[in-house]
Amino acid sequence: MQETEQAVDFEVAAKLGLTRDEFDKICSIMGRTPNFTEVSIFSVMWSEHCSYKNSIKYLKTLPRDGGRLLVAAGEENAGLMDIGDGEACAFKIESHNHPSALEPYQGAATGVGGIHRDIFTMGARPIAALNSLRFGDPNHPHMRHLIKGVVSGIGDYGNCLGVPTVGGEVYFDPSYQQNILVNAMSVGVVKIGETISACADGPGNPVFIVGSATGRDGIHGATFASADLTEDSAEDLPAVQVGDPFQEKLLLEASLEIIKTGAVVGMQDMGAAGITCSTSEMSAKSGTGMTINLDLVPTRQINMHAWEILLSESQERMLVVVKKGREKEIQAIFDKWDLECSEIGEVTDTGRIEFYQHGELVADVPANPLVLGGGAPVYDREFVRPKYMDDIKSINAPAVDDEALISIAKKIITSPNIASKKWVYEQYDHTVRTGNTNTIDPSDATIVRLKDSEKSLAVTVDCNSAYVHADPYKGTLIAVSEAARNIRCSGGFPLGVTNCLNFGNPYNPEVYYQFVNAIKGMGEACRKYNTPVTGGNVSFYNQSVIKDRTEPVFPTPTIGMVGLVEKKEHGTTLSFKSDGDHILLIGPSPTNIDGSLYVREILGHRLTPCPEFDLEVEYSLHETITTLITKALIAGAHDISEGGLFVSLMESAMAGNKGFDVSLPAHVSKNMYLFSESQSRLVISVRNEKLTAVEAILAEQALPFVRLGFVGGSSSCIDGIDFGAISNWAARYQNALSAILEQE
Amino acid sequence: MKFGVVVFPGSNCDDDMIHVLGSVLGAEVEKLWHKDTQFEGYTPEDCIVLPGGFSYGDYLRAGAIARYSPIMQAVISFANQGGKVIGICNGFQILCESGLLPGALVRNEHHKFISKNVCLRVETTDSLVTSGYQKGQIIKMPIAHAEGRYVTNEGGLAVLQKNDQVLFRYSTPEGALFSENGSTDNIAGICNKERNVFGMMPHPERASEAILGNTDGLALFQSLYKGELQAT
Amino acid sequence: MKFKAEINVMPLKELLDPQGKTVARNMDHVGISGIEDVRIGKRIEIALDAPDEKAAEALVDQACKKFLANMIMESYSFEIKSA
Repeated sequence: MQETEQAVDFEVAAKLGLTRDEFDKICSIMGRTPNFTEVSIFSVMWSEHCSYKNSIKYLKTLPRDGGRLLVAAGEENAGLMDIGDGEACAFKIESHNHPSALEPYQGAATGVGGIHRDIFTMGARPIAALNSLRFGDPNHPHMRHLIKGVVSGIGDYGNCLGVPTVGGEVYFDPSYQQNILVNAMSVGVVKIGETISACADGPGNPVFIVGSATGRDGIHGATFASADLTEDSAEDLPAVQVGDPFQEKLLLEASLEIIKTGAVVGMQDMGAAGITCSTSEMSAKSGTGMTINLDLVPTRQINMHAWEILLSESQERMLVVVKKGREKEIQAIFDKWDLECSEIGEVTDTGRIEFYQHGELVADVPANPLVLGGGAPVYDREFVRPKYMDDIKSINAPAVDDEALISIAKKIITSPNIASKKWVYEQYDHTVRTGNTNTIDPSDATIVRLKDSEKSLAVTVDCNSAYVHADPYKGTLIAVSEAARNIRCSGGFPLGVTNCLNFGNPYNPEVYYQFVNAIKGMGEACRKYNTPVTGGNVSFYNQSVIKDRTEPVFPTPTIGMVGLVEKKEHGTTLSFKSDGDHILLIGPSPTNIDGSLYVREILGHRLTPCPEFDLEVEYSLHETITTLITKALIAGAHDISEGGLFVSLMESAMAGNKGFDVSLPAHVSKNMYLFSESQSRLVISVRNEKLTAVEAILAEQALPFVRLGFVGGSSSCIDGIDFGAISNWAARYQNALSAILEQE
Repeated sequence: MKFGVVVFPGSNCDDDMIHVLGSVLGAEVEKLWHKDTQFEGYTPEDCIVLPGGFSYGDYLRAGAIARYSPIMQAVISFANQGGKVIGICNGFQILCESGLLPGALVRNEHHKFISKNVCLRVETTDSLVTSGYQKGQIIKMPIAHAEGRYVTNEGGLAVLQKNDQVLFRYSTPEGALFSENGSTDNIAGICNKERNVFGMMPHPERASEAILGNTDGLALFQSLYKGELQAT
Repeated sequence: MKFKAEINVMPLKELLDPQGKTVARNMDHVGISGIEDVRIGKRIEIALDAPDEKAAEALVDQACKKFLANMIMESYSFEIKSA
């Protein structure tokens, strides 16, 4: 008699993370008490991770259609946008926070592997990867261990797979000290009509499992819960999954090749909840069912229990439904790529997924009640405005002399949050596939050219979580806006958004307030920019344990955005290009230093308001920069974000290896003006002969602008104050983070 | 003159190479599959390319498993008959493992993957891949490798130097030699004594188009395609 | 007393060893048949000074646990010899 047939009661269900109501609901769906395998299946499918039970209500308020959207959020593994000429772009971002905290190298690596599988399982070839990383204090030895592990994990996986890591962000804040965030994004391209759905149509069609053998990976929750049920299994269960990027590369090539045969009905990768999730989601999508013989699943260990096979999160596996009679064609392609491929069952018309092992039916559950949008629970949690928000207050920029001004500038340029991240990105292959056009001259968003096409994609990930912490609604408006601004400054227009929502415990009403308001801001901004949210993921329970309480991470709704650059010549970089070019600042004049890195890191005032922001002004700025770029009027464009105008000027100067001489408007406080992070502002550089045309357009759009000065020489000068050689600033900027991370 | 680009399991620069050879250079180019034991219709005029990537995941040692691919026996015979063979990055590692080029490529000195644009000094113009450059010319190309540190023993190095087999060395933009990865004698690329087999860690195929901001690699393919040494 | 420790660090048995798996699968290409499984780990040799063998063992054990092996991913074993 198998352990799986032992009696299950609420106590067992509770250990698997199910509530009393959920367990009762399961019993009523089943019409009986489920066995252990069955209750395990429900517990993973109704987990936060798979069911989105505490977030879906609000996620549904986000714009999920419109624009150039071909496949809406939630319908497939990733969203799909029309990019013209019969091509589409699939993209998605996902978190791997908790696995990365446990084992940074494998956690980050498998995060990258998982997100690329989501893209190529749809038939799209991944052409670019991005990531958003949040760490605590890099001066802390354990944090450096985590940083090094995460970065080499991302690098080793993506480099081997041959997908360039073209962009990303790295932030450091004490709120992430005990809970780092690792968000990975993949962008792929596919011909319209050559996509494949995650469905299981056609009863009688065979079901194949392809790729790595199934082992006892990532089934920790169920293991813990069943420890007193089974005596032989709890020992030695690995808590981590090991990624095999080589296997993934083979899986990528073989998957794209089998789609071309036309013999594939549906395909889904196996991520969270493994075989359980892919069989139930594919069946539910098609209104079909499946019978699966677990004895035919290749396993890495002998004597695996049914629930272990079903819940295993072993990496680099796919479930493929093939047209009956065409199995040999598919088999031949997997053989060609040396991939293990086993027929494990077939599609049925029962609406149930039935799992057999050793000739016995070990689990028999209806597919639809398991899945999001089917029978999975949906909750609305209470929320309350966080107390800390009452303590947020604005402070004025203190008066400083010229010497102090330079000293502040040096501190800002060498802050780990501002300094060059080259220590990180030089471990990522960013030139493979010869698509990244920014490896020598950067842009605000990375421009990835499409071969044999007039077009390029512009891709970016953005979120200043300190702003979101200060004001979840406005901060998220800004996160979306900054992403859109980056794409506009690079010569593109935004197509769509994927989001990675990293928050604390949803049962904490203050955390839920952050979540609800972040979603509100995101929805409003996305509607304004006509960028539907095509998918993404939610990661709750990101928190630090401090003595007797938990402290959530800064609310971090990371925005991944993809834009389209319609013509190659629209691609715009941020560098200063030629001596004598005019430097213009476009956008409203700042009036305070709220929310800036200057306030938080230099003045040491963490509870500072979100910077000034107006969505209408921002949008008008976007339209204007696009007009200037498409009329070929500007030499370079760079938005003003973390660190303020000073950092923006210096980054453009360093990128072009050019100096500048600028004057600030009369009567402004220099440190306020240079370090304010007031939003909706850009620095552009303009050839002299184009200045009149540029200013005419700015006047027409009623956008405020200031002529700051000129590009030229090799040194920096602000209001007559000599800030010194650009090469010295570049040395500070380039070396600051490496020096911290390379210390013994 | 045609090019055959060998696809090993884990090759990931094959498409980039075919794009440059086919679309940019306009040459005839096809993919060759690692399981084939021979390739038809190639004369010593033609060129076999071993592209970059992570053949067999770089497991054990980079190139160690690919070197035993069925097609490698044919590549070795082709080279021994004077056929042109060029290996970039992982291709260079496979050529060293297979003995077609001397020396070995081991883990970078600081044990990290390095991905960046680097400067190379052209060390000789007496080769089909460098005859389009000036001797001493400084060119820029991306590198992207974890096992790119070229090593050979003292005797091996002396032979390379004596026979003018060093094609490129890592340098500063000003031309001073500078080690990116700890390579012996700053070596970035070499050829065999017969000058028909070439290997290099930097990626010329990633530096052959204006849209990428760098065309320094194009001359390498042009001279190889032309198939004759230009007067220097 | 001078000792020499020979340490083997191996991937945990239950974990996937992609390198070992790939090497095992390709033994046939190299013309070596009959290989059933390959697992690849690290061998580390340490020279140390300790009052006695027991102390040397404790020291090496600590080094393995804290530093040389990643206890989440790897197991270790070692042998102490007097040098």
